[in-house]
Amino acid sequence: MNCCHNPAMEMDIPDNAKKIVLAGNPNVGKSVFFNYLTGLYVDVSNFPGTTIDISTGKLNNNVVMDTPGVYGVSSFNDEERVARDIILYSDVVLNVVDAVHLERDLFLTQQIIDMGKSVVVALNMMDDVKRNGLKIDIDLLSKELGVEVIPTTAIKGEGLAEVKKALGRARPGNRIKEIKEMINEVIDKVNTESEALLVVEEDENIIERHNINDFEGKREYIYKLRRTRVDEIVDKVVSETNKNAAFRTKLGRFMLKPLTGIPILLFTLYLMYQAIGVFVAQTVVGVTEEIIMGEYYYNFIMNTIGRFLNDSTLIGQLLVGEFGLFTMVPIYLFGLLLPLVVGFYFFLSLMEDSGYLPRIAALVDRVLTSLGLNGRAVIPMILGFGCVTMATITTRLLGSKREKFIATMLLGLAIPCSAQLGVIMGLIAPLGFNAFMIYTITIFTVFVVTGTLLNKLMPGESTDLLIDLPPLRLPRLTNVLRKTYTKSLMFLKEASPLFVLGGLLITIMQFTGLLDSIANALAPLTVGFLKLHPKVAQAFIMGIVRRDFGAAGLNDLAAQGLLNGPQVIVSLVAITLFVPCIAAIMVIFKERSWQESALIWIGSFIISFLTAGILAQFII
Amino acid sequence: MTLDFANRGQKIEIVNIPDSNVRVQAIRLGLCEGAKLVCSEKIPAGPVILQNRMQEIAIGRNLAKKIQIKLI
Repeated sequence: MNCCHNPAMEMDIPDNAKKIVLAGNPNVGKSVFFNYLTGLYVDVSNFPGTTIDISTGKLNNNVVMDTPGVYGVSSFNDEERVARDIILYSDVVLNVVDAVHLERDLFLTQQIIDMGKSVVVALNMMDDVKRNGLKIDIDLLSKELGVEVIPTTAIKGEGLAEVKKALGRARPGNRIKEIKEMINEVIDKVNTESEALLVVEEDENIIERHNINDFEGKREYIYKLRRTRVDEIVDKVVSETNKNAAFRTKLGRFMLKPLTGIPILLFTLYLMYQAIGVFVAQTVVGVTEEIIMGEYYYNFIMNTIGRFLNDSTLIGQLLVGEFGLFTMVPIYLFGLLLPLVVGFYFFLSLMEDSGYLPRIAALVDRVLTSLGLNGRAVIPMILGFGCVTMATITTRLLGSKREKFIATMLLGLAIPCSAQLGVIMGLIAPLGFNAFMIYTITIFTVFVVTGTLLNKLMPGESTDLLIDLPPLRLPRLTNVLRKTYTKSLMFLKEASPLFVLGGLLITIMQFTGLLDSIANALAPLTVGFLKLHPKVAQAFIMGIVRRDFGAAGLNDLAAQGLLNGPQVIVSLVAITLFVPCIAAIMVIFKERSWQESALIWIGSFIISFLTAGILAQFII
Repeated sequence: MTLDFANRGQKIEIVNIPDSNVRVQAIRLGLCEGAKLVCSEKIPAGPVILQNRMQEIAIGRNLAKKIQIKLI
C-alpha cells in the first residue's frame, strides 16, 4: 500500500502486539504514565523523517508509545504530524488530560473519540482541582464522553494502577453525530475511520497519501462543532466551589505585568548567569575542558593515534592537528560546549515545566514585535547566549520564514555566545565601567537597528503571538532532567557532524595557506579603517574557527601591549558582530536556503566592520 | 470594537477572527466566534490576556487589533 504510507509503520514493532499510545496536551504529565507502564526498558528513537524522538516501551506483550504534547491531531507542525501518525497507528489511546484545563484538553480527547479510537482518559492533576476550588463530576464526564475516566495525581502515584487495569477495557466513545455522518461520505476512499476524519478535517498529508482530489473539507465547521460540544461538557461537569485566587494565580499575574514582571525576569536571568555563566562556564568547564578533555583525553589520543601520525602532513593535521578531528573537535564539543548546553537546557526545561516560559514570551512580545519577531523568539535568543549553533536549530519553532530569517540573522550577528562571553568580560573588566557600557550599547544598538530595519524592509508579515498560559506548577526534577537529556542529545546529534566538517574545512584552509591569505587581505582594513594592529586580523580569522579562540587571540595581543584600551573595545565589537563560528555558519546553511545564508554571512561581515570602523573614528 | 480596546476585567464575546489559519488554531485553545471570556490582563502595548475559568491565552497586540469582539 504505497499510496497510504504512514511513517509510523517503519517503527520496529512486533505484529501481534497491541499498540497503546499516550496522547495529551503539552505538560500534562504523560511521561509519568509512560514510565509507570513501561518500567525500565525504554527505547528512544528518532521518528522516521523527523528530528523528533519517540519513546517506546513494553507492557506485557504490548507496546507503549509516547507522543509529543499537542493541542489537536493535525499537521500544523512537526510535533503534530508525528503525534498524528502514531495516534493513527494505535490500537488503544491513553489520553492524559489536565483536570484544571478541561476546556482546552478535551478538544483533543473529543477529536480522538471522533476518530473512532478505543480510549481511556486519565484525568490528571486532581490535586490541583481541589486547590483551585473546582469540582468535577467524574461519572458524568465518563458518561458524556462514553469512555472510562480515571482520576489521577500521577506525580504522587495516585490512580496509576487503576489506569493500567482500565487499559484492557478501553472502548470507542460517543462521537459527535454530525461528524460521524461526514466520515461515512469519504470512508470508501481511505482505510480507516480515523483517516476519514482527518480527510474531512483537511489534513493535507493524509489527503495526499490517499491521492484524494476534488474534495471539499470542512475543518472549520467540524472544529466549531467540537468546540461547542466540549464547552457543553465542561459546563455540565465542572463547578466552582470558591473563587479565591490562589497564590500561584497571583504570582502568574505578577510575572506578566511589566512593573513586577521585568524585575522577576531580571532576577531569573541573574540566577541563570550565576549558575551557567559563573559556575558551569568557569568551574565545570575548567574541569571538563582543561583537565578531562584537555589533559587525559588529549594525552590518550596523542599516545595512541598520535604516535602513528606525522603532524606535518595533511592527514596528521586533519586527525590530530590544531583543529583536528580527534583533538580540537571533541575537546571543544564535549569539554566546553556540552556542559554549557546542558546548563542552558536545564534552565529552559525548568522554565517550561513551571509555566514561566510562556509568560516571559508574553511579557517581551511587545519588544520583539518591533524587531519582526513575536514573544516565542525569546527562546532562541536566550539559548543564543549559550551557543549560537544550538539556538539557530531552535529557530525552527518560529511561525514563518520571515521570522526564522530575522532570528537567525540577529543570533549570528549580535548575540555573543558563552564561549566568547567569558573572554570578552575578562578583557573588558580591567578597562572600567565606561568601556563596558560603550561595548554593550554598541552591540545592543546593532541588535535593535538590524532587527527594526529587517522588519521594515522584508516583505510579508510575521505571525502574531497566540499562546496558552498554563497554570504555574512546581516542576518535577525527573521530568526536567529527562528533557534536558533528550534535548542535549539532540544537540549533539545535530551539531557534531557540523563541528567535524568545520574542523576539516579549517584544517584544509590552514594547510593550504588560505587562512593566512584571508588574514592578510583583511589586514589593510583592520589597520586603515579600524585603526588596529595588523595582527588583529589573525585573531578575527581565528574567531571563525572558534569564537573564544578569536577573543583569546585578542587577549594575547593586549597582554603584549599591542592594543590599547579603546583598541580593545573596537576589536571586541568587531569580533562579536563578525561572522559566527564555523559550526554556526554551517547550521545556518543547513536551516536556511543558501541565498539567505550567504546574505546573513556577508551581511554580518559588513556590519561588523562598518560598526567597528565608525566606533574607531570616535574613540581611537 | 476590536479586542485591543477591551480593558482589564471586562467580559467579552468574540464576534469574528479574520484569518482562517489563526481561527483553527484559536478554536483549539477555546477561542472561537461566540466564545465568552474575561480580559484578565493587558500588558501595556503588548499582548491581551483572555481567561476562561483556569485557562489563559495570550494574544499579541497586532492580532488583537484584528479580532472583533463585543462587551457583555
